[in-house]
Amino acid sequence: MDGEILRDPTRRFVLQSGAAVGGGLLFSFTVAAESQAAAAAMFNAYVRIGPDGGVTIASKIPEVGQGIKTAMPMLIAEELDVEWSAVTVEQALADFKTYGRQVAGGSMATTLEYDGFRRVGATVRALLIAAAAQSWKVAPETLTTEPGFVVHAASKRRVAYGELAGEAAKLTPPDPKTLALKDPKAFRIIGQSHKSQNLDAITTGQPLYGIDVRVPGMLFATFAKAPVYAAKVAAVDLAPAKAVKGVKDAFVIEGGTNLQGLMPGVAVIADTWWAARKGRNALEIQWADHPTAAQSTAAFAAKAAALAKGPAQRVDYADGDVDAALKGAVKVVSAAYSYPFIAHANLEPQNCTASVKDGKVEIWAPTQNPEPGRKLVAAALNVPEEAITIHLIRGGGGFGRRLNNDYMVEAAAIAAKAGVPVQLIWTREDDIQHDFYRPGAWHNFTAGLDAAGKVVAWNDHFVSFGEGTTFAPSAGFNASQFPGRAIDNYRLEVSVMPLGVPTGPLRAPGNNAFGFVLQSFTDELALAAGKDPVDFRRELLGEPRLLGKPGERDSFHTGRMRGVVDKVAQMSGWGRKLPKGSGLGVSCHYSHLGYVAVVMQVTVKDGALKIDKVWTAADVGRQIINPKGADQQMQGSILDAISSTLRQEITFEGGAAVQSNFGDFQLLRMSEAPPIEVAYVLSDNNPTGLGEPAYPPAPAALCNAIFAATGKRIRSLPIGDQLA
Amino acid sequence: MAFTLTINGEARTADVDGDTPLLWVLRDTLGLLGAKFGCGAALCGACTVHIDGFPVRSCVTPVRRIGTKAITTIEGVGATPVGAKVQEAWKTIDVPQCGYCQAGQIMSATALLNAKSQPTDEDIDAAMDGNLCRCTTYLRIREAIKVAAGQKGV
Repeated sequence: MDGEILRDPTRRFVLQSGAAVGGGLLFSFTVAAESQAAAAAMFNAYVRIGPDGGVTIASKIPEVGQGIKTAMPMLIAEELDVEWSAVTVEQALADFKTYGRQVAGGSMATTLEYDGFRRVGATVRALLIAAAAQSWKVAPETLTTEPGFVVHAASKRRVAYGELAGEAAKLTPPDPKTLALKDPKAFRIIGQSHKSQNLDAITTGQPLYGIDVRVPGMLFATFAKAPVYAAKVAAVDLAPAKAVKGVKDAFVIEGGTNLQGLMPGVAVIADTWWAARKGRNALEIQWADHPTAAQSTAAFAAKAAALAKGPAQRVDYADGDVDAALKGAVKVVSAAYSYPFIAHANLEPQNCTASVKDGKVEIWAPTQNPEPGRKLVAAALNVPEEAITIHLIRGGGGFGRRLNNDYMVEAAAIAAKAGVPVQLIWTREDDIQHDFYRPGAWHNFTAGLDAAGKVVAWNDHFVSFGEGTTFAPSAGFNASQFPGRAIDNYRLEVSVMPLGVPTGPLRAPGNNAFGFVLQSFTDELALAAGKDPVDFRRELLGEPRLLGKPGERDSFHTGRMRGVVDKVAQMSGWGRKLPKGSGLGVSCHYSHLGYVAVVMQVTVKDGALKIDKVWTAADVGRQIINPKGADQQMQGSILDAISSTLRQEITFEGGAAVQSNFGDFQLLRMSEAPPIEVAYVLSDNNPTGLGEPAYPPAPAALCNAIFAATGKRIRSLPIGDQLA
Repeated sequence: MAFTLTINGEARTADVDGDTPLLWVLRDTLGLLGAKFGCGAALCGACTVHIDGFPVRSCVTPVRRIGTKAITTIEGVGATPVGAKVQEAWKTIDVPQCGYCQAGQIMSATALLNAKSQPTDEDIDAAMDGNLCRCTTYLRIREAIKVAAGQKGV
């Protein structure tokens, strides 16, 4: 149907079964290209049923707080038909050949695995039924299951899965495509809230995270890199570090100039991390001159202003004739928006443990994306990728930071040189000053309205970072962002300037800023048109239709967005009269296949902002897998967005980041977190992910509410002291 | 030099420099990994432990300053009635997302309830504002504190 995302038709599931180590049924399924199904032996996930009926399900996606270690195994358990309480979840190793995609990113796990994981469960269930049918000499069609048991109603016989597992393992699995999946009305696990995995370990302080990894003979490391990205070590006297009690070694890592690779620095190895840090603090490192040492936020802004004045370097997209439509417009509105660089600031600083011995590399990494890390390590250490084992360790926050693997290649390079297993832990200052930042950018809008207040022209001169026609990582923008394709005369102009700062994905990459500029400027147009902001959005969305091509990720369904806008308007009592100094703001944005609308109510008194309440509605398809986990992601995304909108900004001077810790890069606090009411609009579309799409609409909902309360339009983030 | 510390009711000896922060003595010398490193500057609260019942940031507390005072960590707080209630409430409400800050959150919440068994929202703000949660689980932390205080059913 319209707006449906089609799964890759070139893949299909191939099933294998076999005896598990220690008895029972080991079930695996593989994903293989249609043309080489027989040859493929890429195990993609597994279920293990012990003779005691205990069910172990491997979770292949890294867990960084997004709750995937709960939600994905629930899919298998549902169709397998077992009690959730009988399920143990194990984190799988990073192994592309066995498991395929293992990325905590793009909110894609639900989208990609929803059907496949259920078919895994259904196939194992079919094997267990077949084993019972064989043993009882009855037709499989006469058998059903109850959680953990195969049942023959006619003879009132039932047998536990654990007793069937051994026989089931000898059978040939059916083609999963022939298996009927459950009617969603019969779901017992999907759609019910289930608690986070590892809740006991978290609440009692048991070892769980990257910095908790302990390997025999392991030493601790710090790694000092140049404040100016990729500057080389010009000179260093290592003796003062080596003189610190507990320090075992100190050395230079040569590194390269690639901002995505291993960068130069000085490693200090010690028997405790504190000693390694003291050793590092004792060093005086002279860094070599570097071409980006003159970079600064002020210079970026000056260059952006100059670029905005001149003709754009290129036009990336154009519909109709914008210039003619602007000439014919009754009202023309122009506004310049901007947003800063921001850091991820995972509460667990970047870290990794590595052991390099006899040509083998073993890595324990809180990473969201292990395979690119494996490639970095293989290249840096000159070892084959097969010689590298990567354990996926629960990450103390992801937010896209751990899609990059700089800490992994650093730990491996340091361990290789040290000759012992090493745990590298960054300081907080390293973490804030050596991020892959969400890049800042500038949008220069001009739009035209006709006499009826309809938008007849839209021009955005987008000023960003890059070279030639290539954007810096995560610094691009494209016309598939609504209202692109919905306005007859629409143009996206682009100008870029070079950048020598590492940038990369941060929760809802790009969109986390686009939602702010697009939905804030839309509010300005509503005002110019003399229309209510919700009504104006309804008119802009127009008739329910798909913009873009069916099945494409950047297609946008106006009806689905209308649904969440209507819902949030109803939830929030949109249109109610509020006292002076208070206001409601609305915003909606599509990203990562999810449609989300947000309303915020704020009060501004004597320049002090209080967010009174937030309402949000999301359309992520026909089924919410784990409702409480979904609420956590919705609320967390919105509060994360509020956090960055209020105060967060990374600035650069002398080519280096100015901010360094939570004193000058501030996170939201308990007292600032407003209550958030969450609702879902269920639509007949495949379920999609929720780690990201609630973030992008939130900043504009906040700034539009501030405008409603005060008449002050926020066009540049963070809000900072603009209300004072 | 050797320091004898009372940790979770047990005497533990650590041979470290006196300026070593308690956090690293706990983690790297004594193998208690529950307290977490977040900032190294008392700005995030992930390293919070109790010293004589008061919540302190172990990342900036030199070991030589502790003397004979009783240290309680997340590993031992469940042995106290209030600590056990708080941990239980955290599980009931399913507070954590990534979970990294939660040991510190639980230690601060337990200290709050020890000092004031029936906290107001303002008390909760005041006691918890120094504990950052990057996943922003604040709404559930507040709820869990109220559950632990018996102010809210589940």
